[in-house]
Amino acid sequence: MKAASMNVHPSLAIGQPIETLDAISPDATSPAATAPDAMVRFEGISKTYPAYRGKPGVNALQNIDFAIPRGSITGVIGRSGAGKSSLVRLINGLERPTTGRVVVDNRDISALTGRDLRLAQRSIGMIFQHFNLLSSRTAAANIALPLEIAGWAKADIRARVAELLELVGIADKHDRYPSELSGGQKQRVGIARALATRPSVLLSDEATSALDPQTTRAILDLLANINCELGVTIVLITHEMSVVRQLARDVVVLDAGHVVESGHVADIFTHPKHPITQSFLAEVIGDTLPVSLASRIVSEPPAGGQAVIRVHVRGAGAGDTLVARLARELGLDVSLLSARIDEIGGQHVGSLTLGIPLGVSGEDATTRTLAWLSQYQLPAERLGYVA
Amino acid sequence: MSPELINLIIQATGESLYMVGLAALIGTAFGLPLGVFLATSRKGELFAAPVVNRVLGIVVNATRSTPFIILVVAIIPFTRFVAGTSIGSTAAIVPLTIASAPFIARLVEAAIREVDGGLIETASSFGASPIQIVLKVLIPEALPGLLLALTLAVVSLLGYSAMVGAVGGGGLGDLGIRYGYQRFMPEMMLAVVVVLIALVQLVQSAGDYLARRVNRRLRHR
Repeated sequence: MKAASMNVHPSLAIGQPIETLDAISPDATSPAATAPDAMVRFEGISKTYPAYRGKPGVNALQNIDFAIPRGSITGVIGRSGAGKSSLVRLINGLERPTTGRVVVDNRDISALTGRDLRLAQRSIGMIFQHFNLLSSRTAAANIALPLEIAGWAKADIRARVAELLELVGIADKHDRYPSELSGGQKQRVGIARALATRPSVLLSDEATSALDPQTTRAILDLLANINCELGVTIVLITHEMSVVRQLARDVVVLDAGHVVESGHVADIFTHPKHPITQSFLAEVIGDTLPVSLASRIVSEPPAGGQAVIRVHVRGAGAGDTLVARLARELGLDVSLLSARIDEIGGQHVGSLTLGIPLGVSGEDATTRTLAWLSQYQLPAERLGYVA
Repeated sequence: MSPELINLIIQATGESLYMVGLAALIGTAFGLPLGVFLATSRKGELFAAPVVNRVLGIVVNATRSTPFIILVVAIIPFTRFVAGTSIGSTAAIVPLTIASAPFIARLVEAAIREVDGGLIETASSFGASPIQIVLKVLIPEALPGLLLALTLAVVSLLGYSAMVGAVGGGGLGDLGIRYGYQRFMPEMMLAVVVVLIALVQLVQSAGDYLARRVNRRLRHR
């Protein structure tokens, strides 16, 4: 546990009230470890894969310390190779940490072996990118598998499977084999199977990455309902920002085996600090101007043209009335050249590109506009001019 | 063909089926677990035991590379110990079984390795024990492949059974050699070959049919 107490930054404990930090005695373990209502806690985790057959060893995860709040939907986002899969497999004991421990529902899962581990795994469900259904079993029989393994009685299994098929909305696919189901239906079977033994945690390993956008949306809605109705803590592993944006309340950004940022989705993505976080954000709000506009921008002010200003919008309701107010208060014919605003965790995030008339007063209007924007703490930049 | 000769053919067919049937059954009883173990005991696998895996692999290869007719003669003392005699159809089952078990094991290993590794991880993730994974995931998922493997083994055993005439095992092959070749009765040789061809066709068709029936990977209705 030495690594934990040395390397933890308090901000890495997500969803954790600040007050609890005061309660920690100086020699206690990491702040994450004392989070009162954590479902999953990573304490000083590192994971190293040893060198094997000429391939060098890999440090998949280093100094991981954070907690996943009970009942939350937490996204773990990162590029491929960032260590997401290793991280999620530590939670259900499919892999063991090299150092540190993983506490799930107040039980140190990394210390369990054999039968104890298998019993604990029944309270942790998992869904997969490629669904991983048994081709030899019908939808109902696939869902029954974890119950058979847990030793349920036949009648109980039958009742529970019917209930689960209803829950995921495919009661009519009871006797269908996976080869007869669509991708979305297969993932519904996967979700029902993962929930069969009434787990307290549901792990999702890129569960929508093989689905089309419409189906992805439906599956994410289903997961949101499950979280809401059953109170199951959901951990979403993904490389897609849109998944985090639609579903997660908390987010952990992983890069090269390190947690680079973590916290509420709204906070992290309205003020992204790490370049990786910024690049994920750019995926949804778009950082580039439309080609038709970008190609017209010049660096010298043309007579009778417009100055091009980009305003970055962050926060609740920001930007709603910006153009109208700007026009009214400064008496300018502001034109809206391009805009991209999206909502992440209830906060508006995006940018507006405005054209400010140069007119007879030249740069005067532009200077006043920039001053006005900085008064409202809206970061802005001058991109150039258009005719 | 005289009724006596037809009787001989019927009797020899019965002996062949008896030897092949029992050898396939006992061979599977040994070969199936051995094959499952070979498929799951390399480094990092379900029953990881790399050294045992390697040793068993060598034993299997050694048995499979011994020509069958030499195996039959070489293990006569063992055959006598197990069957009480080294002559006759029942005694012939011993070398047939010893030849088929490693063959079946290799086919089973290949079929089991075809099962998507993600399914093992999935079953582990909801707390299945290694035995449960074998019984509830690996074998059911590999069943079409296992049935085809068994079919192949039975067909090969029909071929092997023709050689056990050398130790008085009887059967169709023995009949063909003694009557068709040594007594210059080409019509007997022809009859034996026709019966063998029919048997192989029958076994192969039945195996294909069953494998198709249990294969749910393809849409069929």
